[in-house]
Amino acid sequence: MLNADNIIPTTCPYCGVGCQIDLHVKNGLIYRVNGRFDNAVNHGNLCVKGRFGFDYVHAQDRLTTPLLRHARGQSLESTSWDTALGYVTNRLQTIRAEHGPDSIAFLTSAKCTNEENYLLQKLARAVVGTNNVDHCARL
Amino acid sequence: MAGLAATLGSGAMTDSISNIKDADLLFVTGSNTTEAHPIIGLEMKKAVRRFGAKLILLDPREIELADFAYLHLRQRPGTDVAVLNAISHVIIRDSLANVNFIEERTEGFEAFATSVREWTPERAEILSGVPAQDIVDAAYLYAHARQAMIFWAMGITQHTTGTDNVKVCSNLALLTGHIGRPATGLNPLRGQNNVQGACDMGGLPNVFPGYQPVTDEAIRRKFAAGWGVELEHLAPKPGLTVTEITRGVLEGQIKAIYVMGENPMLSDPNLNHVAEAFESVELLVCQDIFLNETAQLADVVFPAASFAEKSGTFTNTERRVQMIRPALAAPGQAWADWRIILALAKRMGAGWTYTSPADIFDELAALTPQYAGMNHARLADGGIQWPCPTVDHPGTPVLHVGKFTRGRGQFVPIDFRPPAELPDEDYPFLLSTGRILFHWHGGTMSRRSPGLDAIAPEAEAEIHPTDAHTLGVQNGELVRVFSRRGSVVATARVTRRSSPGMIFMTFHYAEAAVNLLTNDAVDPTAKIPEYKVCAVDIEKFTPPVNKEILNEPESIFTHA
Ligand code: SF4
Repeated sequence: MLNADNIIPTTCPYCGVGCQIDLHVKNGLIYRVNGRFDNAVNHGNLCVKGRFGFDYVHAQDRLTTPLLRHARGQSLESTSWDTALGYVTNRLQTIRAEHGPDSIAFLTSAKCTNEENYLLQKLARAVVGTNNVDHCARL
Repeated sequence: MAGLAATLGSGAMTDSISNIKDADLLFVTGSNTTEAHPIIGLEMKKAVRRFGAKLILLDPREIELADFAYLHLRQRPGTDVAVLNAISHVIIRDSLANVNFIEERTEGFEAFATSVREWTPERAEILSGVPAQDIVDAAYLYAHARQAMIFWAMGITQHTTGTDNVKVCSNLALLTGHIGRPATGLNPLRGQNNVQGACDMGGLPNVFPGYQPVTDEAIRRKFAAGWGVELEHLAPKPGLTVTEITRGVLEGQIKAIYVMGENPMLSDPNLNHVAEAFESVELLVCQDIFLNETAQLADVVFPAASFAEKSGTFTNTERRVQMIRPALAAPGQAWADWRIILALAKRMGAGWTYTSPADIFDELAALTPQYAGMNHARLADGGIQWPCPTVDHPGTPVLHVGKFTRGRGQFVPIDFRPPAELPDEDYPFLLSTGRILFHWHGGTMSRRSPGLDAIAPEAEAEIHPTDAHTLGVQNGELVRVFSRRGSVVATARVTRRSSPGMIFMTFHYAEAAVNLLTNDAVDPTAKIPEYKVCAVDIEKFTPPVNKEILNEPESIFTHA
């Protein structure tokens, strides 16, 4: 029997039901997930995704550094946060100056948090100055 | 959810998951609930088996819920409006309507009643194939129920007539007063985990957070003050939708696209067109946990943290705002999405000072009326359903009690419009798309879980036995499905779940991106692309090489 280093209560990231789950963590790995009983959503139940669908968190191909392509046709290469952020800032500012704020568009995410969605639309509206904000779940 | 916003004043699920067990009638249309929302499906089954509720299913396919249905209306895809109008017709014709409710709480009844006068069950039967007597039975069951809940999912909104379908359901609830009490109402089931939150937070071109229109000067003034920018800086004109954005690239006015945590290359209909847009846009920036198909085209990709590596909130389909909490450190140099945006905004000259998601939440709560009384500390214990206007408000499990958000509920006459593309001689089959239980939108997450992939490893096209026989296709053989826009190869599943003349495919697989086939005609109001229905032809496919090569993600573009 494994004993968890940590049991973290959180929300299943798969569908709009939003089941409450416990992530059991040992040596930095999620090794078990159970449904929580203390809520009005799932009463301890989980479907197959919520119970077994978390290996992706530990997948070998997770991105671990910023990637930058210097020109179309070249490949994406690892770079530092400083370089990547500087590059994007520069390009967005140039495009905005040349073509106006409405030449830039932002897609927010049905998988990210409310806080992150709020910030991205604020970046679009308050910093860039465009209402070109939509999310893909309309699809 | 433009349909409900227009009729009731709010676009979200009006009731709660925990009330499903108390309903004595469930009306489910366009939602394969046990696969797309399994735990809600479980509550429905419990309501039927344990508490004796009756289930009416309006769905062309023999889905799992059909085993639990008291009445299964199998309409031809795209004819939902005809059937639902006929149910309203019977309710009015046979005096089953809730006259007091209509008088006290609604408007527009006369015009609506006139509009359905022609919609006899017999006429609906000719169009939809649903027997007239079943339509009459459904009307009596729904109208006579004490507490009846209507459910639908993207199945009903992914049509060019999507908003119409929603309004027709809304008419039914207004007609019978099955709304504004526990275990009643209109309940759209949102697909991905935080679609509700993404919409609530203003991830839409026409509204700020809380559905506050960008066209309203008082609202712009409020956000300008809250964000510390000049009023003139906030654009008064609605922006472009995602479909308009991809068109905008091809037409030259969109130069840069910034994508957070999504893979539009896979989830966009009519994929060839979308690929062209993402390939040709001047600057493409993505932040994601994987190098997905869209990120592979990007100029810059920021590595993001997964849900298990950050804190924040998701809003579920019943409007409940719930916490996520960090269990692990993010791998390598990956950052939470909020931290990436914050760093970028600072570089671009914004004076943002947040130090945590809790800070960001406090600001959004101050500007979003539905979230005004919430903060991370209050959400720690089971979450809160919006609207929650003050810090001592317990949240709202049932919307529209006593009064609709917009005042009176609005009846809307809806005329039947057939889908934009129907089968013809060249493309004689109707393709319908959807999702299956084990994978989730695009599969970026679940396909990396070996256990899940073993259960459902291949793209499948469901074909009725009669059609399979005509085409000479056996169960498990490869078929090529093609439309006016592209073609994909999939394994044939010969099953009576589909009706004759209908092909059903899922879009969980990059290898057979079914969206290559679909149609980007959009619903004029909700601007949801018509995913669900398009005309295709199908033929037996003999692989030129071996299957491994066929299944390589790139190969689909060369085959198309
Ligand atoms: S456990 Fe299943 S039903 Fe619950 S939120 Fe996760 S995916 Fe949805």
